[in-house]
This record gives sequence, structure tokens and C-alpha cells, in this order.
Amino acid sequence: MSSHSHPLLDTRHAIETPEGALLPLTPAGFMVRCLAQLIDILIRGVITTIMFVLLSLLGKMGTGVALILAFLLEWFYPVFFEVTRNGRTPGKKWLGIRVVNDDGTPITFGPSLLRNLLRVVDFLPMLYLTGIITSLCNRQFKRLGDLAAGSMVVYDATTAQHTDFAVRGQLPVPADFSTDEQRALLAFAERSNYLSAERQAELAALLVPVIGAQDPVTRIKQMANSMVGKH
Amino acid sequence: MKQGQFEQTYQPLWELLEQQIIALESPNRQLSGGELASFASRYRRLCHLHALATDRHYSSHLVDKLGDLVVRGHQQLYRRKQPFMQQMISFVVAGFPRLVRAQQSYIWWATALLYVPGLIIYLAILWQPDLVYTITPPAQVSSFEEMYDPQNRTLGRARESDTNVQMFGFYIRNNIGVSFRTFASGILFGVGSIFFLVYNGLLMGAVAGHLTNAEFTQTFFTFVVGHGSFELTAICISGAAGLKLGYALLAPGNLTRTESLKRASKIAIQLIYGVIIMLVIAAFIEAFWSSNNILLPWQKYLVGGFLWTLVISYFVFSGRGLDTRAEGSPS
Repeated sequence: MSSHSHPLLDTRHAIETPEGALLPLTPAGFMVRCLAQLIDILIRGVITTIMFVLLSLLGKMGTGVALILAFLLEWFYPVFFEVTRNGRTPGKKWLGIRVVNDDGTPITFGPSLLRNLLRVVDFLPMLYLTGIITSLCNRQFKRLGDLAAGSMVVYDATTAQHTDFAVRGQLPVPADFSTDEQRALLAFAERSNYLSAERQAELAALLVPVIGAQDPVTRIKQMANSMVGKH
Repeated sequence: MKQGQFEQTYQPLWELLEQQIIALESPNRQLSGGELASFASRYRRLCHLHALATDRHYSSHLVDKLGDLVVRGHQQLYRRKQPFMQQMISFVVAGFPRLVRAQQSYIWWATALLYVPGLIIYLAILWQPDLVYTITPPAQVSSFEEMYDPQNRTLGRARESDTNVQMFGFYIRNNIGVSFRTFASGILFGVGSIFFLVYNGLLMGAVAGHLTNAEFTQTFFTFVVGHGSFELTAICISGAAGLKLGYALLAPGNLTRTESLKRASKIAIQLIYGVIIMLVIAAFIEAFWSSNNILLPWQKYLVGGFLWTLVISYFVFSGRGLDTRAEGSPS
């Protein structure tokens, strides 16, 4: 696959399955994972607070039960959701990421428990610094817990929601463009809403030798149109 | 074949599969046996189509859509069944003690790291009582004194049961948390596990030494002898599991460090399953038995001795001579 020859261009990571298919997985970086973690911490905090307030009404017995539940929430909240909800805690689900075993299969109990116990170490010395540094040192963004458990966090495949590229008309994509190169064209058209006209022109100018000198920005967008079937 | 033709011919197939996948992904899966039987072959067909589409450089739009279906189909096809109860029983009866015996070099090291410093500080404090303040701050020392002062005991009356439940919750949260940390910090080349083992050993030795000097031995030792069997052994095992992680990183042998860590973790996490079970038992004994003041000291020592014998003989004898293939562990 051509993505192997340019490993640094993007973060896609292909895993070969017994069927000989290549699973295209995109590992999630620490930023989106931190946000997911933040959401989970908030949810857990709210539940714990409500629980202690309600159960402390029942006296010492209630406090005991609350302590056990707090323990379960503290250590097993992520394990429970990862195992039963196909790798997604509520925070991860919100942000469209999930945990899988690093062979692409759904995460199982053992690896999930392991990666969540090792959170303690990834957190050190503060704010997941160890985890962040470790995740920057390998291509699958694995923190220590993921390395030990053989798991990784990947993006859910985005459901194709192509915005309007603000250009009419279609243009055939040159026949010798590889799939990855087509992806680059499409990605350019999708991101063009966030780029200034000058920057678009600057980027598109790189392709002038290949697609011709005449208004490359429009030409690329027309090719994108033909790829997603818009007119 | 042109892409348009390709899509026209095969789209019904992958749309059918997509619907099956959506049905399987929903929490209340309802697919008939016949449909399930067709899933695998349809999935294989999809893999084939995805490979063709990629190879023929069809538009990335189509390739990515098929790729997404391949990933989701793979997740459903390779979902692992986990017969939980059966695995759990065979783990408790045979898997766990056998694993502990197989990893005994780590267990012995962890045991030594916990008990040797503890014993040394215990003897040192018997000889020089003031040494206790090198380990624990005076405030903590006096709170321990208060806790085990026979004068403060309401002898002849058991604690009320709701207090027991409260303490059970506290012990679960505290003790299992400590053992999880002892284990996890082992990934820092073993340093964390060594620290927690030695620190807990020193603390234990210091408290025991100080209370012996204060002649509160009876209240203290009758309290700890019962649950100590499960709790101290469990701490040793979680320390040993941590040491295993650290050692796998320090001396990976012919493997890469990552691979070596992964293999060691697979074994270590199973030790932790056992540790969790043991600590729940320990917390139960600590909350409902150790705190009971009605019983006479000799009764408590007798039961304590019995529990220690039980734990040790469990690890020495249980699961020997059974068929090795029966060994199972939740993974």
C-alpha cells in the first residue's frame, strides 16, 4: 500500500486481517483523548457527588455503600464501558473515538483493565504528562497503558458528510492518481472552507505541473465534486 | 470495470451487509440464525471488493466507505465470547495458584521487600523506641496509639453493623487502591513497586514496634492477624506483578522492549485478578471479623492461624495435578 512508503504524511495505520484485507485505522492523538477524559471525569464527578449526598442520608451503612461505589467508579468506570460499549466510554463516544486491541478486534476485559490501571502511571507527575510524552514517541499514539495492554485508541470512521465545495461542474480525476492522492484532493476541497483564498491558491499551485495552469483551485474542487458525485 | 459499473453491480451486496452490521452493533442484537450464517461469507466478499476497489484506484470516497464497512464487519466477526463464570471458577481453583507458583521468583522478591525492612524497623524500634518518629509523624503515631489503646475499647460489645459496612467500603476503596498503585507503578522499571512495598513494610513494622513498646500488643495483633493473611499476601502478589513489568522492560532478552512488556503484562494482569478477589475477602474479614471485640484473644489467634494456613496451602497445593488444559483465565 502506498501509505507505507510515506509513513510520515498521515497517521493512517493499516492492519492486515486473516481475510487479507487491510483495516484502515486512524489512531487518535492526545488532544482529543484528553478532552474525552475530561468529559468522563466530569460525568464521574457528578455521579459520585450525587451518590454521596443521597447515600449519606442513610447513615453509616449508606456511606459504606457509597465508598464501594466510588471505588468501582474510580477504577472500573472506563473498563465497564470499554468492554460492554464496543470500546467507547461516554466521553470517547462523544468525541468519536474508541479503544481497540492493536490487531483491530474489540477490546476485551484483560487489556482494558490493564490499560486503565496503568493510567496511574501515565498520569505522573501531573496531568498525564508521562502518557502524553509516551504517546508522542510512537506512531500509534500509545500511552504506557496501551503499550502494555496491546491496545490503541482510534477514530470512528467519519460518516461521509461532504460539505458544498462552492464550485459547480465536474472534472474527471486524472487516471494515474492513486487512492491516497485522490484523498488529498478531496481533503483539500473539504478544508477549503477554513483556508483563505490566498492560501488555497498557494497550495493548489503545487499541483500546476500535474493538472494544468488554469485556475487550479477550481479544477481541484471540480474533481472533488466528481468524486463525491456532486454537480 | 469502471467504477460506476462496479457500484451498480455490487452496491446491493454491501448495503445488505451494512444493514446486518448495524443490526449487530445495536445493543439488543436480533438476527436470525440464517442471516448470521450468511454474515461471514458476505464479509469475505466485502473484503474482496474493498481490495479490488483499492487496487483499481477507484475514488477515495468509495474506497473509504468500503474500508469503514470492513473495519466494522471485522469488529463484529471477531467479537470474542467470554464464558465468564466458568473461567472464573477454573481460575480460582487452579489458574491463580498455579500462576503464582510459576512466577514465584517475583513473589519471593516482593515478599522480601515487604517483610525484611518491616522486621528490621520493628526490632530497631524495640531497641530504640524513638526511631518510630523517623518513619511516621508524631500525630499519626498518637492516632495509632489511640486506635489500639485497650482503654478505649468498648469491650464485650461488638461494633454496630452499619459501622462495619462503612468500614468495609473504606477498606475496599483504600486497600485495593493501594495494591493497584503498587502494581501499576512497577512499569517504571520496577522502582514504584519497590518503593510501595518497602514503604508499606516500614510503616507496618514501625506501628507494630511502637505498639509493642506501648504494650498494646493484644489489641493490635488480635486485630491484624485475621485479615493480614489475605491482605499482606495480596500486596506481595501485586508488588510481584509490578516487578514483573519492570523486569520485562529492564531485561527484555531477545524481544523488543514493547513486545516483552506486552507479554509480561498478559501474565501480570492475571495476578491482579487474583489480588482483587483476595482483597475483597480481606476487607470483608477486616470489617466484620477483626473488629469484633466479643471474642477472646485466643479465639482470634486460632482463626488467624487457620486463615494463614489456608492461604499458604492454597498457593502451595491448589491446582496441582489437574489437567493443564483445564487451566483457564479470563482474558
